[in-house]
Amino acid sequence: MRSHRRRRGARIRPYTFTGGRTRSRHPLMVQTLVSIADPRAELPRNLMPESQQIYELCAQVRSVAEISAELKIPLGVTQVLLSDLADQGLVYIHPTITGHSPSENQVLERALRGLERLFQ
Amino acid sequence: MASNVSSNSRPSVMSTKIVIAGGFGAGKTTLVGSVSEIPPVTTEAVMTEASIAHDDVSSTPDKVTTTVAMDFGRLTLDEELIMYMFGTPGQARFWFMWDDLVRGAVGAVVVVDARRLADCFDAIDYFEKNQNIPYIIALNRFDGEREYTVEQIREAVEVGPDVPIIEFDARDRLSSGSVLKQLLKYTLSRPEQPELVG
Repeated sequence: MRSHRRRRGARIRPYTFTGGRTRSRHPLMVQTLVSIADPRAELPRNLMPESQQIYELCAQVRSVAEISAELKIPLGVTQVLLSDLADQGLVYIHPTITGHSPSENQVLERALRGLERLFQ
Repeated sequence: MASNVSSNSRPSVMSTKIVIAGGFGAGKTTLVGSVSEIPPVTTEAVMTEASIAHDDVSSTPDKVTTTVAMDFGRLTLDEELIMYMFGTPGQARFWFMWDDLVRGAVGAVVVVDARRLADCFDAIDYFEKNQNIPYIIALNRFDGEREYTVEQIREAVEVGPDVPIIEFDARDRLSSGSVLKQLLKYTLSRPEQPELVG
């Protein structure tokens, strides 16, 4: 069985779209923000057009859902392609606050203060 | 303590999410549109309905691909915190995709139209079962009609006294904003998850 596993796929990925994967390996939720990790980085030449478009949008901090909507690429596909870009160190995944840990309460309090400022 | 933030070239901006649920036409999109700093955006999720609707066990898996549209809006709460509001697809047949959408939400609002109470039952059931997402009920008062009191609504939708029910007008920005504030206050007031208390 082992002989069937080829490492080359991990580095250069001539896949058709998401290579059949439907799940991303990174905690990429619809609200998760992403941005270009290093503006000076050189883009691999074999990047798919969709991945390149996503990468270019990441010049500004954006959410997965916003990228999906802007490029009209379905959410699931966007998540997988972003996950690949993150694997290659091209895209930085920002923290997502879920409120499921007490340590995040401070951020939730900030969120409430923000809402109070906006909706006085 | 010296702050060392500036040495980090990575932006420290982070995000959070709340979910706006409720029956079709109850006012979810109106609420999102009232508070959002951007016009509500529609994105599409391709969903694979595998044996959800059909009890088909033939040799080839009978998968039906459906495209579901979701609305979302955005609020910049401070320099480093953005909150997204996601409206869930209203139709009950898309319930199977809720887990994905709700995952990681700090809370949820179930928008209720008192004239069509039964439409919100699916959403309330979902959050009653999914105990780790705090939710509140927002009673959308269309044209100020007041046929039922909050307590009558509470009885009708069968939620306990701990679930806040507030009245609002989804078309009104401040009124909709007060719903979001109420949800955050409720989320913060909830006892911490026992397994996470240090």
